Amino acid sequence: MTRSRMAMALLCLAGLFVAVYLYLYKIGKIGTMVCGTGGCETVQLSPQSRFLGVEVALIGVIGYAVMLVLAFLALQPRHAGRSRPSNLLFLLSGGALLFSAYLTGLELFVIHAICRWCVASAAIILAIFLLALYDRRPRAVRPT
Amino acid sequence: MAQAAAGVNRFYFVLGAAALAGIAVLVYQVQKPKAVSIPVNVTVLAADTAGFRGYFLGSDSAKIEVTEYADYQCPVCQDFENIQFPAVRQQLIETGIVRWRYRDFPLDMHPNARVAAHAAACANDQGKFWAMHDALYQHQAEWSPMKNAAAAFSDYAKAAGLDVSPYDQCMRDAKYAGRIQASYDEGLKVGVSGTPNFLIAGRLYTTTLPSDSIRAIVLRSVPQPILPTPTR
Repeated sequence: MTRSRMAMALLCLAGLFVAVYLYLYKIGKIGTMVCGTGGCETVQLSPQSRFLGVEVALIGVIGYAVMLVLAFLALQPRHAGRSRPSNLLFLLSGGALLFSAYLTGLELFVIHAICRWCVASAAIILAIFLLALYDRRPRAVRPT
Repeated sequence: MAQAAAGVNRFYFVLGAAALAGIAVLVYQVQKPKAVSIPVNVTVLAADTAGFRGYFLGSDSAKIEVTEYADYQCPVCQDFENIQFPAVRQQLIETGIVRWRYRDFPLDMHPNARVAAHAAACANDQGKFWAMHDALYQHQAEWSPMKNAAAAFSDYAKAAGLDVSPYDQCMRDAKYAGRIQASYDEGLKVGVSGTPNFLIAGRLYTTTLPSDSIRAIVLRSVPQPILPTPTR
């Protein structure tokens, strides 16, 4: 259980950095993105880079930050045997996974460009979701 | 129990190190010199082209409109601009016969062409399109081989009297990427195959033209009575 929670915390941190990088580009703090295909800029400059008036990258920053705090809390000894943090992470990452699928669909069918950082973020979210699912599995109670 | 605590502590150390490494990378990315790049094949929105047909020179009431499709990094375009265009400007535009319409047609083979077109578009925000246009062609040999030509363009903008802060912001935002794409798409639609190409009185000329030829074509196309003889 601890290892899966450690892995989730590390993945949340990685996702947070990806989202912060995309957001810094979006607000003009980074001149050119490191992106092999050049599709990153097309995606980031498209109208679809905003969702309900909010930058998608900022939504990512907030989402990953919340999940990182949850993953960190889940590692504390007082939460060791509890499934509540994992349940919350499962719900959040599930929502984020659906949102990522929607954004990937936009890249493929509307914008016609793929941003590698967005793909990396989607892969991270999928891994967090699977780990949270694994962490929630019922365990045999150890006799005392 | 103690072993588990040691494992968690080791993990915190790894997490902290990863956090520091990530922060260092982000700080480096923010502080490194910013190269501007203008994306290709962006989705053109209605707002990108609303009320905009190109950059014009000459009288609204001119009898003929000549459209030039050009690429700032193309040497043939530079020849045209520096050698032929002054005569066109003097004989046809300033005399009110021709209204000149400039359209961007940045070729894929020229990596700085789109950034240059964008620099001119940003200069247009401050009413300095033609000053920037002239500077770009004049200094083509200088910036053409550069990896970060946008830095040179910023210097030209300053020399042309632009307020550099909004200009730089415009460049960073790639504000006119859609407008340039629309211009390129328009060129493809009318059959432009290289640069410079000219659309004169509805006919496309897919080659560069000397000023005499442009004058002759315009002469044939304009309803008489017509042109003053150029002074020698």
